[in-house]
Amino acid sequence: MAKITFDGIEVEVEDGTTILQAARKIGGDVVPPAMCFYTPLKGSGGKCRVCLVKVTQGSARDPRPMPKLVASCITPVQDGMVVENTTNEEVLNARKGIVEMLLINHPLDCPVCDQAGECDLQNLSYEHGVSATRYEEPRRTFDKVDLGPYIQLHMTRCILCYRCVYTADQITEKRVHGVLGRGDAAEIGTYIENVIDNDFSGNVIDVCPVGALTDKTWRFKNRVWFTKPMNAHRDCPTCSGKVTLWGRGDTVLRVTARKDEYAEVEEFICNTCRFDKKEMSDWTIEGPRHIDRGSVISANHYELPVVNVPIVPNLPKSTVKKMPTE
Amino acid sequence: MTLSERMYLPAIAQGLGITLKHFFKKKATINYPEETRSRSEIWRGLHVLKRDENGAERCTACGLCAVACPAEAITMTAGERKKGEEHLYREEKYAVTYEINMLRCIFCGLCEEACPKAAIFLQDDKLAPARYERDEFIYGKDRLVEPLKTTETK
Repeated sequence: MAKITFDGIEVEVEDGTTILQAARKIGGDVVPPAMCFYTPLKGSGGKCRVCLVKVTQGSARDPRPMPKLVASCITPVQDGMVVENTTNEEVLNARKGIVEMLLINHPLDCPVCDQAGECDLQNLSYEHGVSATRYEEPRRTFDKVDLGPYIQLHMTRCILCYRCVYTADQITEKRVHGVLGRGDAAEIGTYIENVIDNDFSGNVIDVCPVGALTDKTWRFKNRVWFTKPMNAHRDCPTCSGKVTLWGRGDTVLRVTARKDEYAEVEEFICNTCRFDKKEMSDWTIEGPRHIDRGSVISANHYELPVVNVPIVPNLPKSTVKKMPTE
Repeated sequence: MTLSERMYLPAIAQGLGITLKHFFKKKATINYPEETRSRSEIWRGLHVLKRDENGAERCTACGLCAVACPAEAITMTAGERKKGEEHLYREEKYAVTYEINMLRCIFCGLCEEACPKAAIFLQDDKLAPARYERDEFIYGKDRLVEPLKTTETK
Protein backbone atom coordinates (compact mmCIF):
# COMPACT_ATOMS: atom_id res chain seq x y z
CA MET A 1 0.00 0.00 0.00
CA ALA A 2 1.17 3.52 -0.75
CA LYS A 3 0.11 6.66 1.03
CA ILE A 4 0.05 9.82 -1.05
CA THR A 5 -1.07 13.39 -0.46
CA PHE A 6 -3.17 14.78 -3.27
CA ASP A 7 -4.02 18.48 -3.02
CA GLY A 8 -3.51 18.23 0.72
CA ILE A 9 -5.80 15.21 1.07
CA GLU A 10 -4.19 11.98 2.20
CA VAL A 11 -5.26 8.80 0.50
CA GLU A 12 -4.02 5.24 0.71
CA VAL A 13 -4.02 3.14 -2.44
CA GLU A 14 -2.59 -0.11 -3.74
CA ASP A 15 0.93 -0.11 -5.13
CA GLY A 16 0.97 0.45 -8.87
CA THR A 17 -2.17 2.58 -8.91
CA THR A 18 -1.88 5.67 -11.06
CA ILE A 19 -2.11 9.15 -9.57
CA LEU A 20 -5.35 9.71 -11.49
CA GLN A 21 -7.00 6.64 -10.00
CA ALA A 22 -5.85 7.69 -6.53
CA ALA A 23 -7.41 11.12 -7.10
CA ARG A 24 -10.61 9.47 -8.26
CA LYS A 25 -10.66 7.55 -5.01
CA ILE A 26 -10.87 10.94 -3.27
CA GLY A 27 -13.40 12.17 -5.85
CA GLY A 28 -14.95 15.58 -6.21
CA ASP A 29 -13.35 18.68 -7.67
CA VAL A 30 -9.73 17.67 -7.15
CA VAL A 31 -9.85 14.92 -9.80
CA PRO A 32 -7.82 15.91 -12.87
CA PRO A 33 -9.77 15.79 -16.13
CA ALA A 34 -8.94 13.02 -18.61
CA MET A 35 -9.65 13.07 -22.32
CA CYS A 36 -7.74 10.04 -23.55
CA PHE A 37 -7.45 7.78 -20.49
CA TYR A 38 -10.26 5.25 -20.24
CA THR A 39 -10.19 2.71 -17.42
CA PRO A 40 -11.73 -0.25 -19.34
CA LEU A 41 -9.23 0.12 -22.18
CA LYS A 42 -5.76 -1.30 -21.70
CA GLY A 43 -2.94 0.96 -22.82
CA SER A 44 -5.04 4.12 -23.03
CA GLY A 45 -3.76 7.35 -21.54
CA GLY A 46 -0.76 9.61 -21.79
CA LYS A 47 -1.77 11.27 -25.05
CA CYS A 48 -3.96 14.29 -24.40
CA ARG A 49 -1.95 15.75 -21.48
CA VAL A 50 -4.93 17.41 -19.79
CA CYS A 51 -4.39 15.35 -16.64
CA LEU A 52 -0.95 16.88 -15.97
CA VAL A 53 -0.16 17.36 -12.28
CA LYS A 54 2.80 18.64 -10.29
CA VAL A 55 4.63 16.14 -8.10
CA THR A 56 6.29 18.23 -5.39
CA GLN A 57 7.72 15.23 -3.58
CA GLY A 58 8.59 12.09 -5.50
CA SER A 59 8.38 9.63 -2.61
CA ALA A 60 9.22 9.27 1.06
CA ARG A 61 12.62 7.80 0.18
CA ASP A 62 13.50 10.37 -2.45
CA PRO A 63 11.71 13.63 -1.58
CA ARG A 64 12.98 15.58 -4.61
CA PRO A 65 10.18 17.02 -6.79
CA MET A 66 9.75 15.65 -10.29
CA PRO A 67 11.35 18.11 -12.74
CA LYS A 68 8.38 18.41 -15.09
CA LEU A 69 4.63 18.12 -14.84
CA VAL A 70 3.62 14.48 -15.18
CA ALA A 71 0.59 12.88 -16.80
CA SER A 72 -1.34 11.56 -13.82
CA CYS A 73 -3.13 8.84 -15.78
CA ILE A 74 0.06 6.88 -16.51
CA THR A 75 2.29 7.79 -13.56
CA PRO A 76 2.13 5.22 -10.76
CA VAL A 77 2.06 6.40 -7.16
CA GLN A 78 4.93 5.93 -4.72
CA ASP A 79 4.70 5.90 -0.98
CA GLY A 80 4.94 9.42 0.45
CA MET A 81 4.27 11.16 -2.84
CA VAL A 82 2.92 14.71 -2.64
CA VAL A 83 0.87 15.81 -5.67
CA GLU A 84 -0.64 19.18 -6.45
CA ASN A 85 -3.42 19.65 -8.94
CA THR A 86 -5.96 22.44 -8.36
CA THR A 87 -3.73 24.09 -5.77
CA ASN A 88 -0.86 24.61 -8.21
CA GLU A 89 -0.85 27.63 -10.52
CA GLU A 90 1.61 25.99 -12.92
CA VAL A 91 -0.71 23.02 -13.46
CA LEU A 92 -3.73 25.22 -14.10
CA ASN A 93 -1.81 27.35 -16.59
CA ALA A 94 -0.47 24.29 -18.39
CA ARG A 95 -3.99 22.88 -18.61
CA LYS A 96 -5.26 26.13 -20.07
CA GLY A 97 -2.58 25.91 -22.75
CA ILE A 98 -3.44 22.29 -23.50
CA VAL A 99 -7.11 23.12 -23.94
CA GLU A 100 -6.10 25.82 -26.38
CA MET A 101 -3.97 23.30 -28.29
CA LEU A 102 -6.82 20.76 -28.39
CA LEU A 103 -9.16 23.41 -29.74
CA ILE A 104 -6.78 24.63 -32.45
CA ASN A 105 -8.18 22.34 -35.11
CA HIS A 106 -11.55 21.74 -33.49
CA PRO A 107 -14.29 23.26 -35.65
CA LEU A 108 -16.39 24.43 -32.65
CA ASP A 109 -19.56 23.45 -34.47
CA CYS A 110 -21.30 22.58 -31.19
CA PRO A 111 -24.69 23.92 -32.36
CA VAL A 112 -24.65 21.31 -35.11
CA CYS A 113 -22.83 18.52 -33.26
CA ASP A 114 -24.83 15.69 -31.73
CA GLN A 115 -22.38 15.33 -28.85
CA ALA A 116 -23.07 18.83 -27.50
CA GLY A 117 -24.34 18.69 -23.95
CA GLU A 118 -22.44 15.53 -23.07
CA CYS A 119 -19.11 16.37 -24.66
CA ASP A 120 -15.96 16.03 -22.57
CA LEU A 121 -14.14 18.64 -24.62
CA GLN A 122 -17.01 21.08 -24.12
CA ASN A 123 -16.91 20.60 -20.36
CA LEU A 124 -13.13 20.77 -20.31
CA SER A 125 -12.91 24.01 -22.25
CA TYR A 126 -15.74 25.49 -20.21
CA GLU A 127 -13.87 24.80 -17.00
CA HIS A 128 -10.27 25.28 -18.01
CA GLY A 129 -10.19 27.14 -21.31
CA VAL A 130 -10.36 30.74 -22.38
CA SER A 131 -13.34 32.09 -24.27
CA ALA A 132 -11.38 33.56 -27.18
CA THR A 133 -9.04 31.92 -29.66
CA ARG A 134 -5.66 33.27 -30.75
CA TYR A 135 -5.45 30.93 -33.73
CA GLU A 136 -5.81 32.67 -37.07
CA GLU A 137 -4.68 30.05 -39.58
CA PRO A 138 -7.26 27.91 -41.39
CA ARG A 139 -8.31 24.83 -39.43
CA ARG A 140 -7.79 21.45 -41.03
CA THR A 141 -10.92 20.07 -42.63
CA PHE A 142 -12.04 16.61 -43.66
CA ASP A 143 -15.15 15.24 -45.31
CA LYS A 144 -17.57 13.16 -43.28
CA VAL A 145 -16.90 9.43 -43.52
CA ASP A 146 -19.42 6.63 -43.07
CA LEU A 147 -17.96 3.81 -41.00
CA GLY A 148 -20.48 1.16 -41.84
CA PRO A 149 -24.22 1.77 -41.82
CA TYR A 150 -24.45 3.03 -38.24
CA ILE A 151 -21.39 5.12 -37.41
CA GLN A 152 -20.32 8.43 -38.85
CA LEU A 153 -16.81 9.83 -38.49
CA HIS A 154 -16.32 13.59 -38.36
CA MET A 155 -12.55 13.76 -38.52
CA THR A 156 -12.62 17.56 -38.07
CA ARG A 157 -13.79 17.15 -34.49
CA CYS A 158 -11.31 14.41 -33.54
CA ILE A 159 -8.68 15.15 -30.89
CA LEU A 160 -6.73 11.93 -31.57
CA CYS A 161 -7.22 10.40 -28.15
CA TYR A 162 -6.90 6.86 -29.61
CA ARG A 163 -9.75 5.56 -27.42
CA CYS A 164 -11.69 4.22 -30.40
CA VAL A 165 -8.57 2.55 -31.76
CA TYR A 166 -8.01 0.72 -28.47
CA THR A 167 -11.69 -0.22 -28.37
CA ALA A 168 -11.55 -1.64 -31.87
CA ASP A 169 -8.40 -3.54 -30.98
CA GLN A 170 -9.54 -4.91 -27.66
CA ILE A 171 -13.30 -5.38 -27.97
CA THR A 172 -13.23 -6.61 -31.53
CA GLU A 173 -11.00 -9.40 -32.81
CA LYS A 174 -9.93 -8.03 -36.14
CA ARG A 175 -8.09 -4.77 -36.44
CA VAL A 176 -10.18 -2.65 -38.77
CA HIS A 177 -9.71 0.81 -37.42
CA GLY A 178 -6.55 2.76 -36.72
CA VAL A 179 -4.72 6.04 -36.97
CA LEU A 180 -3.10 6.96 -40.28
CA GLY A 181 -0.44 9.61 -40.69
CA ARG A 182 1.58 11.47 -38.13
CA GLY A 183 1.39 14.69 -36.17
CA ASP A 184 -0.80 17.29 -37.76
CA ALA A 185 -1.71 14.94 -40.60
CA ALA A 186 -2.82 12.09 -38.33
CA GLU A 187 -6.37 10.89 -38.83
CA ILE A 188 -8.62 8.03 -37.84
CA GLY A 189 -8.78 5.76 -40.83
CA THR A 190 -10.50 2.50 -41.58
CA TYR A 191 -7.84 1.12 -43.92
CA ILE A 192 -9.50 2.25 -47.10
CA GLU A 193 -13.23 2.11 -46.55
CA ASN A 194 -13.13 -1.12 -44.60
CA VAL A 195 -16.46 -1.10 -42.86
CA ILE A 196 -16.53 -1.94 -39.21
CA ASP A 197 -18.89 -4.88 -39.09
CA ASN A 198 -18.05 -6.32 -35.68
CA ASP A 199 -20.99 -6.84 -33.33
CA PHE A 200 -19.50 -4.49 -30.73
CA SER A 201 -18.27 -1.78 -33.08
CA GLY A 202 -20.88 0.70 -31.84
CA ASN A 203 -18.93 1.13 -28.63
CA VAL A 204 -16.49 3.44 -30.38
CA ILE A 205 -19.31 6.00 -30.26
CA ASP A 206 -19.52 5.76 -26.48
CA VAL A 207 -15.80 6.00 -25.85
CA CYS A 208 -15.32 9.03 -28.11
CA PRO A 209 -14.89 12.07 -25.83
CA VAL A 210 -15.92 14.48 -28.61
CA GLY A 211 -18.42 14.28 -31.44
CA ALA A 212 -16.05 12.66 -33.90
CA LEU A 213 -17.78 9.29 -33.86
CA THR A 214 -21.55 9.61 -33.72
CA ASP A 215 -24.55 7.36 -34.01
CA LYS A 216 -26.17 7.70 -37.44
CA THR A 217 -29.54 6.50 -36.15
CA TRP A 218 -29.51 9.43 -33.72
CA ARG A 219 -28.10 12.00 -36.10
CA PHE A 220 -29.91 15.34 -35.68
CA LYS A 221 -32.91 13.55 -34.13
CA ASN A 222 -32.96 15.70 -31.02
CA ARG A 223 -30.73 17.51 -28.59
CA VAL A 224 -29.49 15.46 -25.68
CA TRP A 225 -30.92 17.83 -23.08
CA PHE A 226 -34.46 17.36 -24.40
CA THR A 227 -34.32 13.60 -24.00
CA LYS A 228 -34.91 11.64 -20.83
CA PRO A 229 -32.27 9.13 -19.81
CA MET A 230 -33.61 5.92 -18.31
CA ASN A 231 -31.88 2.79 -17.17
CA ALA A 232 -33.22 -0.28 -18.91
CA HIS A 233 -32.25 -3.85 -19.65
CA ARG A 234 -33.22 -6.73 -21.90
CA ASP A 235 -32.20 -10.33 -22.33
CA CYS A 236 -29.45 -10.08 -24.87
CA PRO A 237 -27.58 -13.18 -26.06
CA THR A 238 -24.41 -11.25 -26.96
CA CYS A 239 -24.02 -8.59 -24.27
CA SER A 240 -25.19 -7.80 -20.76
CA GLY A 241 -28.16 -5.85 -22.12
CA LYS A 242 -27.82 -3.15 -19.49
CA VAL A 243 -28.19 0.19 -21.22
CA THR A 244 -29.37 3.76 -20.92
CA LEU A 245 -32.32 4.73 -23.09
CA TRP A 246 -32.58 8.31 -24.24
CA GLY A 247 -36.15 8.96 -25.17
CA ARG A 248 -38.83 11.53 -25.50
CA GLY A 249 -42.33 10.52 -24.52
CA ASP A 250 -42.77 6.91 -25.60
CA THR A 251 -40.16 6.94 -28.34
CA VAL A 252 -36.63 5.71 -27.81
CA LEU A 253 -34.33 8.01 -29.73
CA ARG A 254 -31.00 6.55 -28.73
CA VAL A 255 -29.49 3.67 -26.79
CA THR A 256 -26.10 3.98 -25.12
CA ALA A 257 -24.09 2.05 -22.58
CA ARG A 258 -24.30 3.20 -18.98
CA LYS A 259 -21.59 5.70 -18.16
CA ASP A 260 -20.21 6.60 -14.75
CA GLU A 261 -19.33 10.06 -13.49
CA TYR A 262 -16.09 10.06 -15.49
CA ALA A 263 -18.01 9.19 -18.69
CA GLU A 264 -16.55 5.70 -18.72
CA VAL A 265 -18.85 2.89 -19.77
CA GLU A 266 -19.70 0.29 -17.15
CA GLU A 267 -20.34 -2.50 -19.65
CA PHE A 268 -19.93 -2.48 -23.41
CA ILE A 269 -23.12 -3.24 -25.31
CA CYS A 270 -23.71 -4.90 -28.65
CA ASN A 271 -24.89 -3.31 -31.87
CA THR A 272 -28.27 -5.06 -31.76
CA CYS A 273 -29.10 -3.39 -28.46
CA ARG A 274 -27.70 -0.07 -29.58
CA PHE A 275 -29.10 0.31 -33.07
CA ASP A 276 -31.99 -2.08 -33.57
CA LYS A 277 -34.00 -2.05 -30.36
CA LYS A 278 -35.69 1.32 -30.55
CA GLU A 279 -39.09 0.34 -29.11
CA MET A 280 -40.17 0.83 -25.51
CA SER A 281 -41.57 -2.72 -25.61
CA ASP A 282 -38.09 -4.15 -26.23
CA TRP A 283 -36.90 -2.99 -22.84
CA THR A 284 -37.60 -3.36 -19.15
CA ILE A 285 -37.39 0.13 -17.69
CA GLU A 286 -35.64 0.32 -14.34
CA GLY A 287 -36.08 4.02 -13.70
CA PRO A 288 -34.65 7.43 -14.43
CA ARG A 289 -30.91 7.70 -14.55
CA HIS A 290 -29.12 9.99 -12.14
CA ILE A 291 -27.90 13.12 -13.90
CA ASP A 292 -25.46 15.50 -12.30
CA ARG A 293 -27.08 18.75 -11.20
CA GLY A 294 -24.55 20.83 -13.12
CA SER A 295 -25.25 19.08 -16.44
CA VAL A 296 -27.50 20.69 -19.02
CA ILE A 297 -29.28 17.33 -19.30
CA SER A 298 -30.63 17.85 -15.78
CA ALA A 299 -32.99 20.55 -17.10
CA ASN A 300 -36.52 19.15 -16.75
CA HIS A 301 -35.12 15.82 -15.61
CA TYR A 302 -37.05 14.43 -12.69
CA GLU A 303 -35.82 11.70 -10.44
CA LEU A 304 -37.48 10.09 -7.49
CA PRO A 305 -37.37 12.53 -4.58
CA VAL A 306 -35.06 11.59 -1.76
CA VAL A 307 -37.82 11.46 0.84
CA ASN A 308 -39.58 8.65 -0.99
CA VAL A 309 -36.55 6.43 -1.32
CA PRO A 310 -37.08 4.41 1.87
CA ILE A 311 -40.74 3.62 1.08
CA VAL A 312 -40.36 2.51 -2.54
CA PRO A 313 -39.22 -1.13 -2.65
CA ASN A 314 -36.56 -2.51 -5.00
CA LEU A 315 -35.27 0.78 -6.33
CA PRO A 316 -32.54 0.58 -8.95
CA LYS A 317 -29.14 1.73 -7.79
CA SER A 318 -29.13 4.75 -10.08
CA THR A 319 -32.12 6.39 -8.40
CA VAL A 320 -30.81 6.22 -4.87
CA LYS A 321 -29.26 9.51 -3.93
CA LYS A 322 -26.65 10.01 -1.32
CA MET A 323 -28.22 11.52 1.77
CA PRO A 324 -26.24 14.33 3.36
CA THR A 325 -24.49 13.01 6.43
CA GLU A 326 -25.00 14.95 9.60
CA MET B 1 -73.30 72.67 7.24
CA THR B 2 -73.12 76.37 6.52
CA LEU B 3 -75.53 78.12 4.16
CA SER B 4 -73.11 78.15 1.21
CA GLU B 5 -72.42 74.47 1.64
CA ARG B 6 -76.11 73.69 1.75
CA MET B 7 -76.70 75.50 -1.54
CA TYR B 8 -74.12 73.14 -3.30
CA LEU B 9 -73.49 75.87 -5.88
CA PRO B 10 -69.77 76.43 -5.12
CA ALA B 11 -69.20 72.68 -5.26
CA ILE B 12 -70.94 72.42 -8.64
CA ALA B 13 -68.86 75.31 -10.00
CA GLN B 14 -65.70 73.68 -8.74
CA GLY B 15 -66.62 70.40 -10.43
CA LEU B 16 -67.40 72.13 -13.72
CA GLY B 17 -64.09 73.94 -13.44
CA ILE B 18 -62.22 70.67 -13.34
CA THR B 19 -64.12 69.45 -16.40
CA LEU B 20 -63.34 72.68 -18.24
CA LYS B 21 -59.67 72.41 -17.37
CA HIS B 22 -59.49 68.99 -19.08
CA PHE B 23 -60.79 70.46 -22.38
CA PHE B 24 -57.51 72.31 -22.74
CA LYS B 25 -55.21 69.49 -21.66
CA LYS B 26 -53.22 67.30 -24.06
CA LYS B 27 -55.12 64.12 -24.95
CA ALA B 28 -53.89 60.93 -23.28
CA THR B 29 -55.19 58.71 -26.07
CA ILE B 30 -53.79 58.17 -29.56
CA ASN B 31 -55.49 56.94 -32.74
CA TYR B 32 -54.05 53.41 -32.78
CA PRO B 33 -53.33 51.80 -35.25
CA GLU B 34 -52.91 54.91 -37.44
CA GLU B 35 -50.62 56.36 -34.83
CA THR B 36 -48.31 54.34 -32.63
CA ARG B 37 -46.54 55.33 -29.49
CA SER B 38 -42.76 55.44 -29.60
CA ARG B 39 -41.24 52.48 -27.83
CA SER B 40 -38.04 52.06 -25.95
CA GLU B 41 -35.04 51.13 -28.05
CA ILE B 42 -34.65 47.91 -26.14
CA TRP B 43 -38.30 46.96 -26.51
CA ARG B 44 -38.76 43.23 -27.01
CA GLY B 45 -41.56 42.41 -29.40
CA LEU B 46 -42.32 39.68 -31.90
CA HIS B 47 -39.55 37.22 -32.77
CA VAL B 48 -37.87 36.97 -36.13
CA LEU B 49 -35.58 34.25 -37.50
CA LYS B 50 -32.92 36.09 -39.43
CA ARG B 51 -31.25 35.18 -42.69
CA ASP B 52 -27.60 35.82 -43.43
CA GLU B 53 -26.27 38.19 -46.10
CA ASN B 54 -26.84 35.52 -48.80
CA GLY B 55 -30.42 34.88 -47.77
CA ALA B 56 -29.76 31.54 -46.07
CA GLU B 57 -31.44 30.78 -42.76
CA ARG B 58 -29.07 31.20 -39.85
CA CYS B 59 -30.87 28.86 -37.44
CA THR B 60 -29.26 25.44 -37.04
CA ALA B 61 -31.84 24.05 -34.60
CA CYS B 62 -29.27 23.71 -31.84
CA GLY B 63 -31.98 23.93 -29.19
CA LEU B 64 -30.26 26.45 -26.96
CA CYS B 65 -33.16 28.93 -27.23
CA ALA B 66 -35.60 26.21 -26.23
CA VAL B 67 -33.54 25.14 -23.22
CA ALA B 68 -33.05 28.77 -22.18
CA CYS B 69 -36.75 29.58 -22.52
CA PRO B 70 -38.26 29.88 -19.03
CA ALA B 71 -41.79 29.50 -20.38
CA GLU B 72 -40.98 26.49 -22.58
CA ALA B 73 -42.59 28.23 -25.52
CA ILE B 74 -40.17 27.04 -28.21
CA THR B 75 -40.16 23.66 -29.95
CA MET B 76 -38.25 22.58 -33.02
CA THR B 77 -37.23 19.60 -35.08
CA ALA B 78 -33.94 19.44 -36.91
CA GLY B 79 -33.10 18.09 -40.33
CA GLU B 80 -30.03 17.53 -42.42
CA ARG B 81 -29.34 19.85 -45.31
CA LYS B 82 -29.27 18.08 -48.66
CA LYS B 83 -26.97 18.82 -51.55
CA GLY B 84 -28.18 21.83 -53.49
CA GLU B 85 -29.81 23.49 -50.49
CA GLU B 86 -26.73 25.47 -49.48
CA HIS B 87 -28.40 28.73 -50.51
CA LEU B 88 -31.37 28.03 -48.22
CA TYR B 89 -29.64 26.95 -45.02
CA ARG B 90 -26.35 28.19 -43.68
CA GLU B 91 -25.17 25.05 -41.87
CA GLU B 92 -25.49 21.34 -42.49
CA LYS B 93 -28.29 21.13 -39.94
CA TYR B 94 -31.38 23.30 -40.07
CA ALA B 95 -34.76 23.66 -38.40
CA VAL B 96 -37.43 21.75 -40.31
CA THR B 97 -40.09 23.08 -37.97
CA TYR B 98 -39.69 25.86 -35.47
CA GLU B 99 -42.64 26.94 -33.37
CA ILE B 100 -43.08 29.59 -30.73
CA ASN B 101 -46.26 29.68 -28.69
CA MET B 102 -46.91 33.39 -28.28
CA LEU B 103 -49.37 32.75 -25.46
CA ARG B 104 -46.63 31.09 -23.45
CA CYS B 105 -43.88 33.50 -24.42
CA ILE B 106 -43.11 36.15 -21.85
CA PHE B 107 -40.86 38.16 -24.21
CA CYS B 108 -37.90 37.99 -21.85
CA GLY B 109 -35.34 37.79 -24.65
CA LEU B 110 -33.39 34.87 -23.20
CA CYS B 111 -33.67 33.01 -26.54
CA GLU B 112 -31.98 35.94 -28.24
CA GLU B 113 -29.23 35.89 -25.64
CA ALA B 114 -28.74 32.12 -25.89
CA CYS B 115 -28.54 31.97 -29.69
CA PRO B 116 -24.97 31.18 -30.80
CA LYS B 117 -25.74 31.88 -34.45
CA ALA B 118 -27.41 35.31 -34.09
CA ALA B 119 -30.52 33.81 -35.68
CA ILE B 120 -33.38 34.77 -33.38
CA PHE B 121 -34.14 38.35 -32.43
CA LEU B 122 -37.02 40.10 -30.73
CA GLN B 123 -38.04 42.99 -32.97
CA ASP B 124 -38.57 46.43 -31.52
CA ASP B 125 -41.40 47.40 -33.85
CA LYS B 126 -43.76 44.42 -33.96
CA LEU B 127 -46.20 42.82 -31.54
CA ALA B 128 -48.02 39.54 -31.60
CA PRO B 129 -51.49 40.84 -32.52
CA ALA B 130 -54.68 39.74 -30.79
CA ARG B 131 -56.45 36.80 -32.42
CA TYR B 132 -59.64 34.85 -31.93
CA GLU B 133 -58.28 31.30 -31.80
CA ARG B 134 -55.65 29.93 -29.47
CA ASP B 135 -53.92 27.85 -32.13
CA GLU B 136 -53.32 30.97 -34.18
CA PHE B 137 -50.82 32.02 -31.55
CA ILE B 138 -48.48 29.15 -32.36
CA TYR B 139 -46.14 30.83 -34.80
CA GLY B 140 -44.38 28.49 -37.20
CA LYS B 141 -41.52 29.12 -39.56
CA ASP B 142 -43.89 30.66 -42.10
CA ARG B 143 -44.48 33.61 -39.81
CA LEU B 144 -41.15 33.73 -37.98
CA VAL B 145 -38.54 33.56 -40.74
CA GLU B 146 -37.55 36.91 -42.14
CA PRO B 147 -38.97 37.29 -45.67
CA LEU B 148 -36.45 37.04 -48.48
CA LYS B 149 -35.37 40.43 -49.75
CA THR B 150 -36.04 40.93 -53.42
CA THR B 151 -34.16 43.40 -55.59
CA GLU B 152 -37.00 45.92 -55.43
CA THR B 153 -37.33 46.04 -51.68
CA LYS B 154 -33.61 46.13 -51.03
